Amino acid sequence: MNLLPFFEWLEGTAGSVAIRESTLLYPFIETSHVLTLCLFLGMIAMLDLRLIGVGLRGVPVSDVAGRLLPWALGGFVLMAISGMLLFYSGPVRASGNVFFRIKMVMIGLTGINALLFHFTIYKRVADWDGDATPPWRARLAGICSLVLWCMVVICGRMQAYNWFDKVKG
Amino acid sequence: MELLPVFQWLEATAVGTTIRESLWLFPMIQCGHLLGLALLGGTVLVGDLRLLGWGLRGEPVETLAGKLQPWMVGALGVTVGTGILMFLSEALKCYYSPPFWYKMGMLVLATGFAFTLRRRALGTRWGRVTAIVSMGLWLGVGFAGRWIAFY
Repeated sequence: MNLLPFFEWLEGTAGSVAIRESTLLYPFIETSHVLTLCLFLGMIAMLDLRLIGVGLRGVPVSDVAGRLLPWALGGFVLMAISGMLLFYSGPVRASGNVFFRIKMVMIGLTGINALLFHFTIYKRVADWDGDATPPWRARLAGICSLVLWCMVVICGRMQAYNWFDKVKG
Repeated sequence: MELLPVFQWLEATAVGTTIRESLWLFPMIQCGHLLGLALLGGTVLVGDLRLLGWGLRGEPVETLAGKLQPWMVGALGVTVGTGILMFLSEALKCYYSPPFWYKMGMLVLATGFAFTLRRRALGTRWGRVTAIVSMGLWLGVGFAGRWIAFY
């Protein structure tokens, strides 16, 4: 399936043009994307560090997950909205960018990692809730999450550079 | 004191020149800066949310602050370290960039606040005000920082 005609159409819509050609709107959206990243990834990182057994030791894991994840979720929604608006402002270039493609795959993998964690080892969290160093499967989930999200951030940043673009923009 | 010659000298240093002339170095340092920023944001927010009575409210404020402190200092170290490297590579651009100066002002206030008043406010009735001031200052640092790229 070739999505390029759709992205070309999308790029020509009034909203896309308006964001792209704006003086202030585009920087505002980009800044929101970075700042909501702090909210989202900051919270996720604190949970991951607890899962790995290096941060917030002594705080019950269910407490960290239960009380921080709602904030992370809020951050994710804002980050996703601002991210989609950024994509909307230039879908042709973004969709062809190798870093963007890797980033989307990585985000998918973080989702799989989170689901695996929640539906396996986290089901039995009552058994290891207070352990300073959680079981290896929880530690592995924490490490995978941190590594994958770091790669998402790195790809997101590199996406701005046009080294591998077919059309330099 | 005239600062422009200082900035010119900083930009001409070997470190600044190496980063500026490399294709990969600046973007890689930027990535480190962003990742440090995310962790810094997490440690600040978890602490401030607790001061507001949200987030990890099962933990005593002082205990939580103690557990967050090393990560906050580490994240600040990474962010400031990578920030200095980026600054060296484009010191002149920064000199003429209004957001850069706003950011530096906010950064001094935010770090100063974090290591003085915010610490003292733990467990007092000033907790909520402290949290709001802290989040406001850091938000200002991040916001102004992103705008260095635009102006």
